[in-house]
Amino acid sequence: MSHLSDEKIVQLEKTANDIRQSIIEMLVEAGSGHTAGPLGMADIFTLFYFHILKHDPKNPSWEERDRLVLSNGHICPVLYASMAHSGYFPLEELKTLRKFGTRLQGHPHREYLPYVETSSGPLGLGLSQAAGMALADRMDKKDKDRFIYCFMSDGELDEGNSWEAIMFAGKNKLRNLIVVVDRNNIQIDGFTEDTMPLEPLAEKWRAFNWHVIEVGGHDFRALNEAVEEAQAVYEKPTVIISHNIPGKGVKEFERDYKWHGYDPNSGKSKEDYAMALNELRTLGGKIKSEHQ
Amino acid sequence: MLNPKLKLNPKIFNDDVEQVNIRKGFGEGLVLAGETNKNVVALCADLTESTQMIFFKEKFPERFVEVGVAEQNLATVASGMAAMGKIPFISSYAMFSPGRNWEQIRTTIAYNNRPVKIIGSHGGISVGADGGTHQALEDIALMRVMPNMDIVSPCDALEAKKATIALAKTEKPAYLRLLREKTPIITTEKTPFNLGKAEIYWLPDAGLAQVGIIVTGGLLHRALLAAKELESEGIKTKVMNLVSIKPIDMDAIIALAKECKAIVTVEEHQVMGGMGSAVAEVLAQNFSAPVEFIGIKDKFGQSGTPDELIEHYGMGKNAIKEAVKRVLKRKV
Repeated sequence: MSHLSDEKIVQLEKTANDIRQSIIEMLVEAGSGHTAGPLGMADIFTLFYFHILKHDPKNPSWEERDRLVLSNGHICPVLYASMAHSGYFPLEELKTLRKFGTRLQGHPHREYLPYVETSSGPLGLGLSQAAGMALADRMDKKDKDRFIYCFMSDGELDEGNSWEAIMFAGKNKLRNLIVVVDRNNIQIDGFTEDTMPLEPLAEKWRAFNWHVIEVGGHDFRALNEAVEEAQAVYEKPTVIISHNIPGKGVKEFERDYKWHGYDPNSGKSKEDYAMALNELRTLGGKIKSEHQ
Repeated sequence: MLNPKLKLNPKIFNDDVEQVNIRKGFGEGLVLAGETNKNVVALCADLTESTQMIFFKEKFPERFVEVGVAEQNLATVASGMAAMGKIPFISSYAMFSPGRNWEQIRTTIAYNNRPVKIIGSHGGISVGADGGTHQALEDIALMRVMPNMDIVSPCDALEAKKATIALAKTEKPAYLRLLREKTPIITTEKTPFNLGKAEIYWLPDAGLAQVGIIVTGGLLHRALLAAKELESEGIKTKVMNLVSIKPIDMDAIIALAKECKAIVTVEEHQVMGGMGSAVAEVLAQNFSAPVEFIGIKDKFGQSGTPDELIEHYGMGKNAIKEAVKRVLKRKV
């Protein structure tokens, strides 16, 4: 990973837009699944899969790869789309999401799709696994060779296990562990601050001996700098609290918590799907023309 | 008579038979496993001495991880370490692991098929004075319904040691159930131990057995005492040590049922969903025979000495003998 040039940023914006279109298409094809989270995390996934991660899509089990643990498995459409677009498997396979016999299970299963680092879905379990990986790397003196990343949702910070893991990583000063919290403020039953308030969230992580960075989740340059800062922190694990717009890219879905658990067809009308894709395609065209 | 092929402890029936904590056997076995394989790591939730993980901690401090009183984290951190090539052993009281952290075990260990070894150190009613909150009577059932999960329930400290060493060599998740109290040493270093295999520890001097007694865990000693007394009363039995509850030794169970045509199961666990249920599932599908179940009958435990509690809940020597006589009358 390195400094981001303007050209690279345009490229990432285009890729993120392609990934968003794939997300909408696969969710509609599947007929169920989560919409808002995957769209909101599309920029971060794009940055990681196309710039930050040390990985080899043609050799997924490469021992020296960074590890990326997706804790909130329900946003897996963005994981699958990012993997397909970066070459782990054909784009065509995205259409099999949630269907019988698919490798793309409704929530990720590592025995069906070995390219994922762990199975996930039940919330609050990813961070502690990532902490275990980081600790194992330290035991083996590999903690300077690679990073263990964990993506998690803000909603799953309601889970006790999350805080057990946060305490554990703080105790062990796991500098090779970098967490990104999808701070999109929504969960199934409503806004996080109504359902179970998390604020003051940054102070909570700091109190557990973490280095905390807050960043806007749709600014590639700022996100990249946040990751670079996290990698340079020596004494502590780092959390990047990324302020994301749920449903980002489709105005109708943005910031509306009902889209957390809905697929794009379960809205007011079937037109939601066409509307969403059109909007993303228009946006894709704009990115191209603005930078040509 | 005791099965001569198994080289069991000749002092089994002496009053001064050596008694050792089953969990101590685990503690010693873990050190031996750690010496052989540097990928063996140990994690504990604030019960290092109680679960006898302390021997490992002293020998390999760099491979020991203290997670505090956090059993959910215990299981999930271990899963992450297993993902990086470690063979993690995690220990707590059975009531808390796998009791408290069942879903963590299911999703991150069993569903992921990671070789984490779950050690429940205080299984059964014989936990004693601590009372019902700390007596795990449901743990076998909890683990038995989980795909990919093996279950081992040793009868004495030596078998626990062998089981620990054997489990360190498998690539699968496993649950090892231990007891708190000292129990008589039944086996010797020379007694064979194979995961997934059940052995007949007691058999008639001559002729066929009339009842097969299938036992798991520390109650095996009481079952052997019962078998010896029954023989002097003219009732021939075979006693099987079902140390591996999953995978279960179907061939051995079916062979025993075919010979005896009547079975008694004995365990320090709820009858519902436990080892006896597992045996009944095998019999119902392969060879029908009447079964009497010795175990906890849908009740919670309470404070008391292990002996008092085992007698009160109907799992002592006399209860086993009565069950044998009951099942004899039910034979077709």
